[in-house]
Amino acid sequence: MPSNPIDSAARATPEPVARKIRGLSDRAIAWLFVAPTIFLLLAINIFPLIWTIRLSFTNFRANRPNREVEWVGLRNYERILTDSDIWLTMQATAHFLFWTIFFQVLIGFTLAWLINRKFRGNDLWTTIIVLPMMLSPAVVGNFWTFLYQPQIGLFNYVVSFFTGVDPSSFEMLGSVTLAPWSIVIVDTWMWTPFVMLICLAGLRSIPDYIYEAAEIDRASKLRQFFTITLPMVLPFLMLAVLFRGIENFKMFDLVVQLTGGGPGSITEVTSINLKREAFEKWRTGYASAYAIILFVTVFGLASIYVKALNKVKQR
Amino acid sequence: MSGYSVTEPSPRQKWIAGALVIGYAVITILPLVWILITGFKSPSDSISYPPKVFFEPTLEGYVNLFTTRTRVSPETLESLPPPETWYDEIVRRNDLVIAGPSRYGERFLNSIVIGFGSTFLSIFLGTLAAYAFSRFKVPLKDDLLFFILSTRMMPPIAVAIPIFLMFRQLGLSDTHLGMILLYTAVNISLAVWLLKGFIDEIPLEYEEAALIDGYTRFQAFYKVVLPQAATGIASTAIFCLIFAWNEYAFAVLLTSGTAQTAPPFIPTIIGVGGQDWPAVAAGATLFLLPVMVFTILLRKHLLRGITFGAVRK
Amino acid sequence: MRTAKYLAATALAVTGLGASGAAAEDLTLCWAAWDPANALVELSKEFEAESGHSMNFEFVPWPNFADRMLNELNSGGKLCDLLIGDSQWIGGGAESGHYVKLNDFFDAEGISMDDFAPATVYAYSTWPKGTPNYYALPAMGDANGWFYRKDWFSDPEIRADFMAQTGRELGEPKTQLELLEIAQFFQGREIDGNTVYGAAIFTERGSEGITMGVTGALYPWGFKYENTPGSYDMEGAVNSPEAIEALEFYKEFYQTATPPGYTNSYMGESLDAFKSGQVAMAMNWFAFFPGLYADPNTGGDKIDFFVNPPQNNEGSTLGGQGISVVAYSDKQDAALEYIKWFAQPSIQQKWWDLGGYSAHNAVLNDPGFKDSAPFAGDFLEAMANVQDFWQEPAYAELLLAMQKRLHDYIVADQGTAKEALDKLVEDWTEVFEDEGKL
Repeated sequence: MPSNPIDSAARATPEPVARKIRGLSDRAIAWLFVAPTIFLLLAINIFPLIWTIRLSFTNFRANRPNREVEWVGLRNYERILTDSDIWLTMQATAHFLFWTIFFQVLIGFTLAWLINRKFRGNDLWTTIIVLPMMLSPAVVGNFWTFLYQPQIGLFNYVVSFFTGVDPSSFEMLGSVTLAPWSIVIVDTWMWTPFVMLICLAGLRSIPDYIYEAAEIDRASKLRQFFTITLPMVLPFLMLAVLFRGIENFKMFDLVVQLTGGGPGSITEVTSINLKREAFEKWRTGYASAYAIILFVTVFGLASIYVKALNKVKQR
Repeated sequence: MSGYSVTEPSPRQKWIAGALVIGYAVITILPLVWILITGFKSPSDSISYPPKVFFEPTLEGYVNLFTTRTRVSPETLESLPPPETWYDEIVRRNDLVIAGPSRYGERFLNSIVIGFGSTFLSIFLGTLAAYAFSRFKVPLKDDLLFFILSTRMMPPIAVAIPIFLMFRQLGLSDTHLGMILLYTAVNISLAVWLLKGFIDEIPLEYEEAALIDGYTRFQAFYKVVLPQAATGIASTAIFCLIFAWNEYAFAVLLTSGTAQTAPPFIPTIIGVGGQDWPAVAAGATLFLLPVMVFTILLRKHLLRGITFGAVRK
Repeated sequence: MRTAKYLAATALAVTGLGASGAAAEDLTLCWAAWDPANALVELSKEFEAESGHSMNFEFVPWPNFADRMLNELNSGGKLCDLLIGDSQWIGGGAESGHYVKLNDFFDAEGISMDDFAPATVYAYSTWPKGTPNYYALPAMGDANGWFYRKDWFSDPEIRADFMAQTGRELGEPKTQLELLEIAQFFQGREIDGNTVYGAAIFTERGSEGITMGVTGALYPWGFKYENTPGSYDMEGAVNSPEAIEALEFYKEFYQTATPPGYTNSYMGESLDAFKSGQVAMAMNWFAFFPGLYADPNTGGDKIDFFVNPPQNNEGSTLGGQGISVVAYSDKQDAALEYIKWFAQPSIQQKWWDLGGYSAHNAVLNDPGFKDSAPFAGDFLEAMANVQDFWQEPAYAELLLAMQKRLHDYIVADQGTAKEALDKLVEDWTEVFEDEGKL
């Protein structure tokens, strides 16, 4: 590797001097290496966060640069926390969160357990199941609106094929009762593989000798499942739930493409609501307070959850 | 395998498990197959009832994806010289003429530039930081690491509010540079987190041996550590690339044309007088296919990466 | 600082017309992606040949148009040099300095707003409303109208059936209630072996669709935004008994006379429904009428058009746009050149011939205009009684509130019409209080 300029410079320079030039102290190198990352995070994460906090106490509007900005104290927070429409939004989010996690854990764990039977070709089929989670939710979500079309859509057709219901008789995206489920279905389709992979890692981490010991103790398979498999996988499962919980709390692209929050405001999850406040109504100050509330909520819930998770792990 | 093992399932169990998993996989893949084949349907076939599985394939969707077309009167159409190319011919069949190229090519290129640009930057900065976190005493290390990761908890819309204002002030709105920096900032947390894990796995002795041989820290880093971490870096890079490739929320809020990527663009593809699903499907196919191929080819590393990132915490 | 920049830009634009105007520029015009936009591309070829500038176009589909363009303006973007922005944006465009004020330019170039139809100048160009402060040149007149299957309406069997059911001849409806009656008559009927439906109406949630549809019923019932114009006094006007009746009418229409699955439909869906032979009637903007008339399957002698029918009075929902120069553009001189070129009567005539709705008096008052297209007379009639949504700088907030309240009531079937409008008054009051106008 003689072409490297540092190398050639090194060879041409007497050893002690060279050490001084190239051989920065470990401390200096550490800072040199970390500094750009920290700087970037300060500029694009921390500084904006502080700015958001500041804005949340004002009535600033990004679309009205000429208007005088006033301090409004905690008024934005007060308005959000007492707004009944926002509570409906939270309910829509909770419905979405609960059911997506429920189905993903159920199906994801089952699949992982089945795949762990180590049948032939399992890694290829695993990869195929994983495909949806690698794809762009906006692009895929947009196409799902086509699959959900009454009559011509594939989804309605398949449902009618198996149940005999007329495919034009139900509208997944337009009906008040079905729309919340339409987004749960697509999210489950997309993200079950994530839960599955983590469960699989958990299952594979259980050493064989534990089962062997149980077998010697003549524990039944069912008992083994509840006393060995489930408790050993539980920390992994809880982790998967944490990640899905955070991701689905942020959910925007998929739902915006599928229902846009409709019909009415039935599927208006927090991100869509926040987007309307911030980038359609341009109530920047108000939306900033909203953002801070969401951030504190996620952070708080996640911290409590992580504490619980650590307790489970320690057992 | 010979002999009895309690952890080895019976052939019957394997068979049932295999059948169930394959059944699920088929359901999973169906919507994706549908995207693929819709791209080769004519618009009328795409909206026929019942949905058509067998049809005469056409490239109309792909032609429509890459062109803009206008309707002309039959008289004008008569007066035109005969179509010169196969795609002209396809368009003429519907009483349309090609008015020019569509924006899809540009948007796709933007996705490539921003995707690879931000991936390169995330990996470059991320590797340096991960090395430092792995090998040196950095003050407040744990706090910093946790903080770096927690930045991913914010909903993108919330992050976008101040970023929008900042970019407006700095003239970074709708620029490639702005989007590259933003995606880098988002990706770097995951990159540092994953890479630190990979570098942690490299035995310290290798570097110490190199240092004793007269290498400087720099040299030890790029001659010993980097080659050892190559696989880890590659799989981290793929995660960063996939994130940037798929990202929608920031792109839709912070770009409008010049730097707009494909995800916000594809859902806005419309035809002449009505939704053109084959063109949308064609656009989606071209955009999703590289990721699918990547996933299948690199499945070993990717699947490990997903669980690795999650499980290490 | 922004104001200073904007003033400087205006000054530059006005004084510097000749200075750098000679250089060939690459101009970008932003508009919605729809039929008239294609016509404008065709028309603009002449400008390119004359001026040496080249034209680029950025057309965004309607459901995303407002969102993306207002975002572009608010971020101070330079994507568009010229913008054909929706009528309701004018307040924000003027007050936030997104649009260049055109008065001096008009004076210098001898362009008179008296040459354009007064309703369009008022709606598309002025801010504050009705004052001689111009931020756009009327580019495209438009209103919401109706079209129907003439072949079905003249079918003797269908006519006899209608007569038997209603005791009336089947024809273009004279009132909103007749409109509903006809739509209900067609709902679920078998025609040529297909089940057809009454009418496609706007129910879209994401942008402005359902509001534009519902106002088509509200205005004929006598809906007013304020008790006295300019007072922002909405209680009793917005939620008047007439408004409640109109809203209930629209919901009944939606529930009893529209095709299944049209829960989120706007312009594109309305066109699809009509062209695929699913509906007897449909509402849509006049802008689409030339294309509909030219359609090989459902156009020609199979289609005819009518103005939004009156109820208590005449009234149509205004559409249409003015063309503005974006204040952040570096190529304002060339952009102004385009407007100057576009304002010429001869170009305006070509604009109409190609399928754009000119607002120029020379075109509209031409004795041959009424007969130049089967919908030309209807267009003049509609434009005589148009009403627009709020054009306030806070229009987006006002619109979002209305979208939500209407969709919640009509499509999601929640609450009563009175509750929906009462809540709307609350929402709007809050907006105007924030604005310091109440």
